[in-house]
Amino acid sequence: MRINPRFVDKLVKIGLNSQAFFTVGILVTIVAIIFFKGSPYLNMEFIFSSPEDMGRHGGIFSTIIGTVFLVLLSIFVATPLGVGTAIFLTEYTKESWFTKTIRFGVESLAGIPSILYGLFGFIFFVIKLGMGWSLMAGVLTITIMILPTIIRTSEEAIKAVPRNLRIVSYSLSATKWETVTKVVLPSAGPGILTGIMLSVGRAVGETAAVIFTMGSSLRLPTSLMDSGRTMAVHFYILAREGISMEKAYATALVLVLSILSINIIAYYIMNRVTSKYS
Amino acid sequence: MNIKIRIEELRLSFGKAEILKGINIDVYKNKITGFMGPAGSGKSTLISLINRMIDFEENAEITGRVSIDGEDILGDKIDEVQLRRRVGTVFAVPIPLPRSIYDNIAYGPRLKNRNERKELWPLVVESLKKAFLWDEVKDRLDSSALKLSGGQQQRLCLARTLALEPEIILLDEPCSGLDPISTAKIEEALNELKKDYTIILVSNNTKQIARITDYAAFFYMGTLIEYGPTEKLFTNPSERKTEDYIQGKFG
Repeated sequence: MRINPRFVDKLVKIGLNSQAFFTVGILVTIVAIIFFKGSPYLNMEFIFSSPEDMGRHGGIFSTIIGTVFLVLLSIFVATPLGVGTAIFLTEYTKESWFTKTIRFGVESLAGIPSILYGLFGFIFFVIKLGMGWSLMAGVLTITIMILPTIIRTSEEAIKAVPRNLRIVSYSLSATKWETVTKVVLPSAGPGILTGIMLSVGRAVGETAAVIFTMGSSLRLPTSLMDSGRTMAVHFYILAREGISMEKAYATALVLVLSILSINIIAYYIMNRVTSKYS
Repeated sequence: MNIKIRIEELRLSFGKAEILKGINIDVYKNKITGFMGPAGSGKSTLISLINRMIDFEENAEITGRVSIDGEDILGDKIDEVQLRRRVGTVFAVPIPLPRSIYDNIAYGPRLKNRNERKELWPLVVESLKKAFLWDEVKDRLDSSALKLSGGQQQRLCLARTLALEPEIILLDEPCSGLDPISTAKIEEALNELKKDYTIILVSNNTKQIARITDYAAFFYMGTLIEYGPTEKLFTNPSERKTEDYIQGKFG
């Protein structure tokens, strides 16, 4: 018996729609739960005062600062390294066993569980190099952890820039480096930014690798050698040790809201930049 | 007459495929020289040697000599970035850079560290005027070059090349995708430009070659069949193949 193709078409449409709704539904549910459980305890005082009594009272100011330092510094170290590697792989070398090996290594690194990065950071940075639990050790570990993402996304973005644009640039007497900086990178910008945003998300939400390397001190970090605590770690400890579920949800809410606003701001800026001349 | 470009015994192959089979040709200064021939005749490859854009093709084996004003340009001694300032190129498909009209024209000069205010502005204006585009874009130099029509984009590419202040301009089938009016504007521009530049026009369009070139060369399967004043080639060709091609019997 032959099934009516139109019927199949309708069925597929309904199926795909419900799948999409299901996915979005889960996301909305999670955000909603965090919002309803966290919002009663969220106020200016919570954001701008430091935790007291293990976080049972007071706010989360020092953990916000810890998060900001960790994420910003990691991105600042990882972005030039990662984008540089991507430029090298796409523009300055031909496909060979060498580039394939690098690419394979990068892809393997991307799949490693974060706890292993944490363990490595603990053994190498914290113990071997004697950094102790510190912002520095955390930044270096997170940098290594997010590098593969930045490299892969930057590489794809750079590869997607049409060859014609490069040829035109060369024909107008540009050198390779001038072509990369003036034509390739601006065109690849949105793609590279996507990779950076994904990395920000990973770094903001990371717990295991951070606890092992940056520690979980509640004091406000004032130097690179200080230990500190991020919001994600704070949330984990508050919830795991049953210190205060209210404060835990309020912390989670701040975390979610900040990731959301970083994303919105980044895409807004990128849109302004790219829509100007295209 | 002054010889600007001299090509001697030039052979080029990609692996086993021989694209150019010993080309000898002199291109004269301040003339428009047309290179014509069917697809695969090697005419585009030939001009990609003059600006060394051939460097971006892999596995090209080249022997022979290409010189500009007597100076060999195929050797390792030549600085190909400097060379491309002397030899400007306009490609078949107009490819504006994704930026404003002004920034497109200024792209080449800025690489040379031209002083922005004092020198760049007049140079951009002059280049646009020479390419017969100024009147159409003078009010919107800040808008995206991608918003221009195809014909305007191609004249933008011509203006962008002129802003390099080159000695030689290579045009690789610049009108292949353009309507007759845009084509006429490009041709008008070229006619003016030959006073100051040496121009090589690669084209499949024999009528266009007949209309605007001073000298014409006919290539077939990697060899130069005939070369001489355009008028002679079109009225009294020495070779049977040339005659057949011009009359549209093949190609």
